[in-house]
Amino acid sequence: MRNEIRFAALLLAVGPFGRPAAAQDTTSIDRGVRIGIIYRPGVRPGLVMLPRTGGGMGLDSVRIMVARDIDYSDRFEVITLPGGDSIRLAGSPTAKRGTGRRPGGTAATGGAQSGSTLNYPLYQALGADFALDITAAGDTTVATLHDIAAAGIRRTVRARLPRPGDPDFRMAVHRLADQALQAALGTPGIAATRVLFVKDGKVYQIDQDGADQKLVSSTNRQAMSPAWGSDGRQFAYMEFQAGKGWLYLQEMATGQRTAVSTTGTALDFTPAFSPDGQTLAFSRATEEGTDLYTINIKNNCCLRRLTVGRFSDNLSPTFSPDGQRIAFVSTRPGLPQIYVMAADGTDQQLFAPFDYGVTGSSNAPEWSPDGQSVAFHRDVAGTLQVFVLDVRTRTVRQLTSVGRNEDPTWAPDSRHLAFVSDRSGYRQLWIIDLDTGRIRPLLQQSGARLPAWSPRLSEASSSTP
Amino acid sequence: MKSVSLLLALGLGAAVIVGASCGGNPPPQPVTPNADSAAAAERAKQDSIAAAQAEAERQAAAERERIARQREADSIAALSRASEEVRTTLAAMIHFDLDKSSLRGDDLGTLDQKVAILQANPGLKIRIGGHCDERGSDEYNLALGNRRAQSAKQYLVSHGIDASRIETQSWGEERPLVNGHDESAWSQNRRDEFEVTSGGDNLHRP
Repeated sequence: MRNEIRFAALLLAVGPFGRPAAAQDTTSIDRGVRIGIIYRPGVRPGLVMLPRTGGGMGLDSVRIMVARDIDYSDRFEVITLPGGDSIRLAGSPTAKRGTGRRPGGTAATGGAQSGSTLNYPLYQALGADFALDITAAGDTTVATLHDIAAAGIRRTVRARLPRPGDPDFRMAVHRLADQALQAALGTPGIAATRVLFVKDGKVYQIDQDGADQKLVSSTNRQAMSPAWGSDGRQFAYMEFQAGKGWLYLQEMATGQRTAVSTTGTALDFTPAFSPDGQTLAFSRATEEGTDLYTINIKNNCCLRRLTVGRFSDNLSPTFSPDGQRIAFVSTRPGLPQIYVMAADGTDQQLFAPFDYGVTGSSNAPEWSPDGQSVAFHRDVAGTLQVFVLDVRTRTVRQLTSVGRNEDPTWAPDSRHLAFVSDRSGYRQLWIIDLDTGRIRPLLQQSGARLPAWSPRLSEASSSTP
Repeated sequence: MKSVSLLLALGLGAAVIVGASCGGNPPPQPVTPNADSAAAAERAKQDSIAAAQAEAERQAAAERERIARQREADSIAALSRASEEVRTTLAAMIHFDLDKSSLRGDDLGTLDQKVAILQANPGLKIRIGGHCDERGSDEYNLALGNRRAQSAKQYLVSHGIDASRIETQSWGEERPLVNGHDESAWSQNRRDEFEVTSGGDNLHRP
């Protein structure tokens, strides 16, 4: 807030300016009610995207994408400058701490070094802790992160981006944004990630910024429950076929899919990869009920049954990031609730506490990548709400309360969750930031469900052949 | 019982038709006497009588054949009608309470009818599909649908039907019968469906 006020005052002094580029997406965001989230405005570092200087192929779209990624990271108070270069130009001659650097400079003659002179006190007055400059030098895109308080350049990231329109262009830009974020905070971002989801019985992928929705299902049979491999190169999912539930593994890059060797005899569903990628845990429904199994998918062997329910069902496994434990759903208390066990099936115990006869069904657990939390949904007064279990204290908190909210999936930063909500009138995908409580729509299409957020996608794992 | 009386009625009706067509045959016309030869006249008379009789017999035979064919067709139709009724009874769905897989009291009669049909048709094999409404969790509903199909199967097996004759499957909430987002739709969607997998060509009534 303080940043915006200061900025507004400054802009009044500067003169008329264009519409802030990134403000549009944020105005209609805060429709969700926050429960159990402590929102502390103003404690995040301020970041200003510097106005463009000079041209370059696709530079505008790069800048817009990076700015949006920085915004969607929810880790900064983003300070948006008007479209013109007036502030920068006005600032340059009075720069006091920029001594020793050549003033001016264009994209054609150089990147960070030559264009680094900033009026740091001016940006400090705006509330900025960082300033991010995106320029082009030949075929190289340069992201320069200025540390305002230190009055210098924190880091320069260079990337040769594919041409705009190239299938790999957007992911390359997202990686650039993640590098800039890492330079500022020392923490990797989540810009270069995707979400798999099911719509009309087919699996789709979409970038975390809502772009590039793409069909990844290769058959017309009904699919459910996509799950990412931990390297982001493959995913598993379930498909109805001949009255059974079949599990398939599919390569992201090639689309090639293979049936899991032991599948096809029963209703197999809810696959989950172990963090080392060796093991697939899944649920199998037979005449005895539904129980959890694991299979070694590297050697296609060693089917192992982890639970023996008899009169109860056990399903929806999710590995802890160290691979040592599996959280799952069990109906042993009557209604489904969240349980945990060692990865070999021993030491089964209740995980998320509940009041017998009071608490509603709890389902769809997913262990956070940092291992500290398990997100799930729980029936509250006849509708579903997203909850988070703190693994250490074994306490739960409710994250949502507007409409029906279900099937949460963690971003790799363990602070964002994608989930399904009908808060807008129909079921679609939303993203919530647990630290700020900010909620934004990921996909404004009806009928999307069962989202699965990817790990960070390296160049190799996300490239299109 | 109903089918037997129906068949009897059809048979009687056919007999009446046969009788009527025989009696309705015109009698042979007397032949004008030939002045030249009484013998010739007699012979001609005999010939024409024989011809008429042969013609009558031929017509009667054709009629009998037609009737027989008709009767056969009628009885096949009757049988397939009966088979269709049995099939409809067999396909009658049962329903469940929210988040429950236990059988409801008002559905036991429906299941008892299926027991009787399975007993009367030893070659018959069926598949039970368990379904859920959209309110529960998408993935949990696969387990719940499985339980619902198993509940019905266990009832049939406990009443003497061989377990190998009954397949089960779960569709979770993926195949709603009724598209809607209210209790009316939900209650219809929480169901078991029954379908014939083999031996369902000529089903007998129990």
